[in-house]
Amino acid sequence: MLEVAGLACIRGDRKLFSDLSFRLEAGELLHLHGHNGSGKTTLMRTVCGLMKESDGEIRWNGESIHRLGEDFTRDVVYIGHKNGIKDDLTGVENLRVCSALDGNPITERQAWDALERMGLMGHEDLPSRVLSQGQKRRVALARLLVNKSRLWVLDEPFTALDVAAVDFLQSIIRDHINSGGMVILTTHQEVRITREQVKELQLGWKEVGHV
Amino acid sequence: MFSAFRTLMGRDLLLAMRRRSDLFTTLFFFVIVVSLFPLGIGPEMNTLRLIAPGVFWVAALLASMLALERLFAVDYEDGALEQMLLAPQPLFVLVLAKVTAHWLVTGLPLVLMAPLLGLQYDLSSEALGVMVLSLLLGTPALSLIGAIGAALTLGLRGGGVLVSLLVLPLYIPVLIFGSGAVEATASGLGGQGHISMLGAILVLSLLLAPLAASAALRISVE
Amino acid sequence: MPPVAKFNEVTGTKPYLYYQTPGTAGLHYPMNSRLINWFKFSSPATFYPLAGRLVPIFAVLALALIGVGLYMSFFVAPTDYKQGEGYRIIFVHVPAAWMSMFIYLIMAFWAALGLVFNTRLSGMMTRALAPTGAIFAFLALWTGAFWGKPMWGTWWVWDARLTSELILLFLYLGYLALQGAIDDTRRADRAGALLVLVGVVNIPIIYYSVQWWNTLHQGATISMDNGSKMGVTMLWTMLIMALGFWAYTIAVALARVRSIILEREADTTWVSELAEVRL
Repeated sequence: MLEVAGLACIRGDRKLFSDLSFRLEAGELLHLHGHNGSGKTTLMRTVCGLMKESDGEIRWNGESIHRLGEDFTRDVVYIGHKNGIKDDLTGVENLRVCSALDGNPITERQAWDALERMGLMGHEDLPSRVLSQGQKRRVALARLLVNKSRLWVLDEPFTALDVAAVDFLQSIIRDHINSGGMVILTTHQEVRITREQVKELQLGWKEVGHV
Repeated sequence: MFSAFRTLMGRDLLLAMRRRSDLFTTLFFFVIVVSLFPLGIGPEMNTLRLIAPGVFWVAALLASMLALERLFAVDYEDGALEQMLLAPQPLFVLVLAKVTAHWLVTGLPLVLMAPLLGLQYDLSSEALGVMVLSLLLGTPALSLIGAIGAALTLGLRGGGVLVSLLVLPLYIPVLIFGSGAVEATASGLGGQGHISMLGAILVLSLLLAPLAASAALRISVE
Repeated sequence: MPPVAKFNEVTGTKPYLYYQTPGTAGLHYPMNSRLINWFKFSSPATFYPLAGRLVPIFAVLALALIGVGLYMSFFVAPTDYKQGEGYRIIFVHVPAAWMSMFIYLIMAFWAALGLVFNTRLSGMMTRALAPTGAIFAFLALWTGAFWGKPMWGTWWVWDARLTSELILLFLYLGYLALQGAIDDTRRADRAGALLVLVGVVNIPIIYYSVQWWNTLHQGATISMDNGSKMGVTMLWTMLIMALGFWAYTIAVALARVRSIILEREADTTWVSELAEVRL
């Protein structure tokens, strides 16, 4: 269970949000909303532990994530704006390296399968440099198929994906939620899962008409 | 933990093999700088023999420093660094893996090339041997110390020049003991003491530098 | 567009929406207020007026001490029988060299404090001290060169102390350059703190290696302060100068911290309520 209490984040000299609290239980998805610059990415990176909060606390199963350290990061997978894949490595190599660093080594076979399910059949052993943006995104997202982490933190996971891939990703997220996982994501898409499983969080707001 | 070390080092070595042109730039830089000195100073062999240790070591320092920029920068840009920070492995182990791979690619060739270049300076075979030994002990220390600077300047404008400003003063002990070892050997005093000091510096930087560089990475990625 | 459906569960009673209203919200630093009075002055808002009261005191003190010190070094201290009048420059040189080293140590202290307790003031203090430290290191080198010309007949000698001082200046310059290159103040503070700590671990090693290098190369045999036994007056003069430099350092660093605070906290309520800001 993820618990955020009294969280505040300052970026540069600007306070993005303060006194932010929420809870995320197993089998729930948190959908973050907010205009550009409202702190969605900052919040996600803070929850992962990439950024240090200015105030407040983030707890995982009742313990501070900073105290848990690797015991927390083992349970988290973060996919941000950057795909985190190497241009000079093939999809298979990328996926295997990522998984091994996640402490969850996979076989060549598993990597091929995951990439195939991700719709990259025939592109598995091409260097990622020759792949399109959408295909690179798919390589990065293939981690979700082989990963055993309980908390997924996905920053705009649907960007650059085509309709089929979006559908597939939606189904993966749904499966993850249904099997007791947790997801935090930002997206402009509607997430198609049962209403009770979704929490919505609005970060910052503007008067009507303001841009 | 050990497998993470192997994986990351293997990945970086594989990447280096796929971009072989990068592999040689540091080495060529070293070769060119070392070869420039006789042109600037004159071909007088006695003078050259005298300045050789200093020239080799300063060239090694500069070459190692130039290579630093690439240590974390690519990972930072493509997001692999974020994933490293979130991996359930102690970060200093991953940093150590990266520095090891980096040294194997940029430092080791330079160590192997040094005796050949030493012939240009008419160094005795004994001095050449000590030169290789001192570089073998010293250049990994340079890579380790440099990693701190590279991590601190990640993504900053003018990072390359800045890193030299931060790192070069910290390189001074390695320079002193490294060139001192060769010089002492060449003048018949024996470089034992210098070599053991270099060894001590290497051990110390193996222990502390990965920790400091990890802390610096966390600060810079935020 | 009205805010999207609200979050359906909130823990506690705290509001979870943040309204971005720069300027009026006022940044409170709960971290500081929560810690007991030990850290009371580590809050910029309380430190600012305190520093303001201290600056003139130390400035006057610095002026008086340095004035007395200079008078003593020029007119009271006796002429050195070996080095003549030229030696008088050590009354500036030695305290400046001391200060340059002390300041680095103080910076390291603040840096460690900042990294461990995450106090915002520590970074500002480290930053405020650095230029003064660099100036003292430069002053020590400059006066060293002036001293060297009549004594050694050359402006620069690769003496172990001078060389170490030069490297110290490089360390200061590296810190200042790093600070200048980072826009985000938080990152600048923390990266700078780490660099200072790395530097402080290295200084003994650097100093030792330079010493080794120097003895091996049979460099200068005369050292700055083993020329003659120092008389009591000389010692007092040097001490007074050193105290004057301390007072100067404190005054200047505090004044600098005040402007850093104003710069960083420009959009907080307490700054906008200050008399000097309102004018």
